[in-house]
Amino acid sequence: MNTFTDSIASALQLILSGDAALWTVVTRSLAVSATACLLACSVGLLLGAWLAVARFPGRSVVLTLLNTFLAIPSVVVGLVIYLLLSRSGPLGFLGWLFSFQAMVLAQAILVLPLVTALTRQTVEDADRSHGEQLSSLGAGLGLRSLLMAWDERYALLTVLITAFGRAVSEVGAVMIVGGNIDGFTRVMTTAIALETSKGDLPLALGLGIVLLGVVLLLNSLLALLRRWRERLDGGDLRMATT
Amino acid sequence: MRIEQPGAGHAPSATVGAAVVLSLKAVHVTLGPAAQVEALRQIGITVHAGERVALVGPNGCGKSTLLRTLHGLLPMASGERQVPQASRIAMLFQRPHMLRMSVRRNLQLGLWLSGVPWRQTFDRAQQALVRVDLAHLAERNGRALSGGQQQRVALARAWALQPDVWLLDEPTASLDPHAKRDVESLIADFSAEAPLPGRLPPTLVFASHNLGQVKRLASRVIYLEQGELLADLPVNQFFNHAFLEAHCPQAHLFVKGETP
Repeated sequence: MNTFTDSIASALQLILSGDAALWTVVTRSLAVSATACLLACSVGLLLGAWLAVARFPGRSVVLTLLNTFLAIPSVVVGLVIYLLLSRSGPLGFLGWLFSFQAMVLAQAILVLPLVTALTRQTVEDADRSHGEQLSSLGAGLGLRSLLMAWDERYALLTVLITAFGRAVSEVGAVMIVGGNIDGFTRVMTTAIALETSKGDLPLALGLGIVLLGVVLLLNSLLALLRRWRERLDGGDLRMATT
Repeated sequence: MRIEQPGAGHAPSATVGAAVVLSLKAVHVTLGPAAQVEALRQIGITVHAGERVALVGPNGCGKSTLLRTLHGLLPMASGERQVPQASRIAMLFQRPHMLRMSVRRNLQLGLWLSGVPWRQTFDRAQQALVRVDLAHLAERNGRALSGGQQQRVALARAWALQPDVWLLDEPTASLDPHAKRDVESLIADFSAEAPLPGRLPPTLVFASHNLGQVKRLASRVIYLEQGELLADLPVNQFFNHAFLEAHCPQAHLFVKGETP
């Protein structure tokens, strides 16, 4: 028990004293996940919005695959990216293996299906209820999907936050493609795994507390956003019935 | 059985010779993922400029499907839809959708989507809002308006397009009596407006369950049941009980409120 309380106390001291080793890892971790999410969202939001309104042969197969990729283990993504980026792989010429870019790529690939699938569902629900009205005004499929996505922007913000939460808390992919190199590719999750195995519990716990704080912050943001949207929709409903 | 005005085919006598603005010939429409629901069967309609056509019938009879087919929003399984190239069509839905932006932007966007250059949309949106007496709400979020106000904005959005044909899908069905009166009065005004130079008089095709509204607004009534057109009559004949009972008992039962 003493070891545990001592470790917690030391961890808090590390956090509050602004320990450089700890905060460097935290900053890198946030930078990797934020960049990965921006990349995944720039593709996934458009792709999801398009899939929501497009009708083509094999669409249901694409959607089934997309939903399957939602549950893909991060280590599998890491392994595939590793093979692609390894010297003999098709992307080996980039020289990205064990780098910041490799970790960004792995996390972006990991959250891309999540962003695409959630965007597709959100936009399709909206489109089903009133997409036809935009078509009656003259909007083609592409414009209709973009307008629907814009109209659902607050719901899509929750998609972005969910994706960031998934990216920042995963460990398998960044461990494989980043290599957990001190000062270069060590991020919160890989550092926690390493420090725990080394027995440096205060640093592992400190990082764990920060990671927990980040996830807590994201969930609070989600809850706030949800309450705000409910209030907005409730307001609309009240106004509409008066 | 199907009845039409004696001797006038699909065109009530007042409109014989007027320009055709919309027509469907032997149209079949199927709905559902496997096209398993036959929503419209063998529909033939010719709508002339200046007509005010009401579509009536029990729930699920195909009124909304027919309006969407007339607009071109739904693909046809077979048949032919003819719209003169110059015809501009605007459609109003039972529950209009306002995008999460100001009322003015909603109107501007509607105009822009139908091909009006963006720089011209501001003035036209403003004119339309003045026309429906909602200019004071121009900067309000479209979603924050009441149902009646939203329907008036949707009417303004349609009016701004200067349509030749108005297709209205139960435009007052979800409104309270006061809003219903306001919206119906605007529809009546718009359909009675003098046409712009070189343009056809406005044509109205609307679905309604409100027979009082049908009497007030329509010049012609089309009765549908299970996707089939059973009667196509001038409004006075449609509401002539003896005539309707003799020629289209289903429509007569519907008017009496005894439809299955």
